[in-house]
Amino acid sequence: MADETPKKYLLGNDAIAHACLEAGVDFVSGYPGTPSSEVVDRLRAGKDPWYYVEWSVNEKVAFENALAASWCGLRSIVTMKHVGLNVAADPLMTSAYTGTKGGFVVLSADDPFAHSSQNEQDSRMYAKFAQIPCLDPSSAQEAHDFTKTAFELSEKFSLPVLLRPTTRICHSKGDVTLGTPTPSTRKGEFVKNPKQYVVIPANTRPLHAILTKKQPEVAKYLVEAGLNSAEIRGKKAVIAGGISISYVEEIIPDDVSFIKISAYPIDRNWLLGILAQHTEVLVVEELMPVIEEAALQAASSTIVHGKLDGYLPHEGEYSPALIAGAFEKVGFAKNTFPASPEMTQVAVRPPILCAGCLHRSVFYAIKKVFKDGVFPSDIGCYTLGLQLGAVDTTICMGASITVGSGIAHSCPGTDVVSTIGDSTFLHTGVNGLINAVYNNTNQVVIILDNRITAMTGHQPNPNTGLTATGEESPKISLEELARACGVSYVESVDPYDLTYLLATLREAKEKPGVKVIIAKQPCVIMNKRLGIKRNRYVVDAEACTKCGACLKYGCPAIETDETGAAKITALCTGCGVCADICPAGAIHRGGARQ
Amino acid sequence: MKKSFDVLIVGIGGQGTILASNVLGDACVIEGRHVRGAETHGMSQRGGSVETHIRIDGKFGSLIAPGTADLLIAFDVLEAVRYRHFLKPDGVMVVNREIVVPTSVFSGKQQVPTIDNVEAELKAGTAKVILVDATGIAAKAGNPLAANIVLLGAASHKLPLAVESLSEAVRRNVPPKTIQINEKAFDLGKEAV
Repeated sequence: MADETPKKYLLGNDAIAHACLEAGVDFVSGYPGTPSSEVVDRLRAGKDPWYYVEWSVNEKVAFENALAASWCGLRSIVTMKHVGLNVAADPLMTSAYTGTKGGFVVLSADDPFAHSSQNEQDSRMYAKFAQIPCLDPSSAQEAHDFTKTAFELSEKFSLPVLLRPTTRICHSKGDVTLGTPTPSTRKGEFVKNPKQYVVIPANTRPLHAILTKKQPEVAKYLVEAGLNSAEIRGKKAVIAGGISISYVEEIIPDDVSFIKISAYPIDRNWLLGILAQHTEVLVVEELMPVIEEAALQAASSTIVHGKLDGYLPHEGEYSPALIAGAFEKVGFAKNTFPASPEMTQVAVRPPILCAGCLHRSVFYAIKKVFKDGVFPSDIGCYTLGLQLGAVDTTICMGASITVGSGIAHSCPGTDVVSTIGDSTFLHTGVNGLINAVYNNTNQVVIILDNRITAMTGHQPNPNTGLTATGEESPKISLEELARACGVSYVESVDPYDLTYLLATLREAKEKPGVKVIIAKQPCVIMNKRLGIKRNRYVVDAEACTKCGACLKYGCPAIETDETGAAKITALCTGCGVCADICPAGAIHRGGARQ
Repeated sequence: MKKSFDVLIVGIGGQGTILASNVLGDACVIEGRHVRGAETHGMSQRGGSVETHIRIDGKFGSLIAPGTADLLIAFDVLEAVRYRHFLKPDGVMVVNREIVVPTSVFSGKQQVPTIDNVEAELKAGTAKVILVDATGIAAKAGNPLAANIVLLGAASHKLPLAVESLSEAVRRNVPPKTIQINEKAFDLGKEAV
């Protein structure tokens, strides 16, 4: 079956990755974060790529790497999620001043409803803040098309371009029409130009003026290029942006005008001209009222509805049904969706640490040894330690040791035990450790070392000893790194050895200053993939006293049978910690594995 | 007016909901039809409840509104109960007659639900309920992990897609070594209903 335009059922992120190949990308960097991770994951899986690809230690590092590649005339993309853009915000702001040479795309994926995030911030605000163009796709197909547009736009205006897909774009699939990958033959060359690249005040002032001057030109071009468009069909109008465009398309009546905003900055004069033709508009956009505020500024007599007058929520994800409800309230169309049927309450099934996960035994031990302690933690699978009562705070990547320091200084005499993953420690945790030692805090820091960035889909990091493309690289020594930060008490433990783990924690508890314990066991999902198997554990039902101690451990492989005795299921990965916990000695290693 | 045929696939992270949705998506591409899908990634994969939306002939967004889905495919009876409000009142659900009791039940000392009482609750609704021993059938086909494909076979009677497109899509999506097992799983699932 020959097909002129082959279609594939593709994930939004895969469509973006493919578009990078079509655009002949030269340089790819990023830090994993749901929902953005698959873009680099797909690009690093390419066989003999012509482009350079890396997972960087954090978003600022990734951003600066890719920016420099652009300065050398190469096409580069840097990927992250919305909260990662906070980490990269410092270079972002100034990169708009220095400008770019090769196309430079900053992908920051937003997460309305915070499906897997700590907040719901809107990356479009950063684009506005930095005065750079932003493209906001409404489907997997547009995610693909806009990626290519972003490279071109960046080269046209010598500015970084923000690409802002949301979770429902990144993790949506559609039948996507693709183009052909075009390998790049560009050779990078850095042409010195201190007036552009050295932002001492004398250079920065004229650079700021140049940036300001670009703004109206960019806004006008985005309308001319059809990225922002209007279909005038009546006196009332809906203005929508991003994924909301798809939702509105599904339900908008024929006599209501439809204004689509897919790119920023919005041309003020164009918007003013459209608003003047309408008596009443409803603005539909997820998260911040970016379009709505622009419309309010441009409107003279047109009534503007949206979040600010309470017709639509500021928070969460939109849907056709939710928007149809707003249509009805404004009087644009009747809501034909059924009223939300009643949900049945069934036992919750929250995400949970895997059976045999090393983090579970560490949290168990922390609770045993530090009964009245405070437990700052960080971003990663181990945040799920919340369910085990061993996570008291989580703010952002790298904030466990620093929050721990603040609490330790503020509440002398309190046991502070901070937990952080290996990738997160290398991301921004190490700065906190340096600071904690330098400023003499008292806390125990446990690095949960599973040798991979697990939560986002098992990306390697400098602790893994492999690069993004699978080449061997020097494995960082967390022990030596901790010692180099000035920590004198550094111990490595096997978290499956509960007795030794407990003894180490008790020892650390008695010592002053910063104590670092590195709990090392590979992620159980990685073990499974590598074919590593351990014998399962079994319960001797006769010996089981039904005390429930093992159930409290919270391992998904432990259940009860009809009699109330403990039972270990096929999920068991053989870590054996439950055998150490059982006061009756009823749990032991089973026979040969099937 | 809704023109798409909307399918919700639900289960527990790791059971193969995304692979099942890819089969439906590819079957649409094979037939040259529009399709949109939305899936659960990230933190909720780890033993959590997962949902995948597929809108066959869908041209707009990928989300199915509650109360409008045509078909619900559930890998676990408890998940069928959890998501049944997505079905339209006369919708159909194809459900694996299996229950994985959430860890929260044991650690929270709640009453342990049994398949029988969950099944009774499912059947009390207005939707048509088709229960399939997908895990058992998959084991017969050669691997209990193929339960997702058994369920697709069982659901094939209700899907607006040709059986040939579905089985071709199965071949395209499963690991090459397991094609035979999965073909058999699909056929046995189809025959079981």
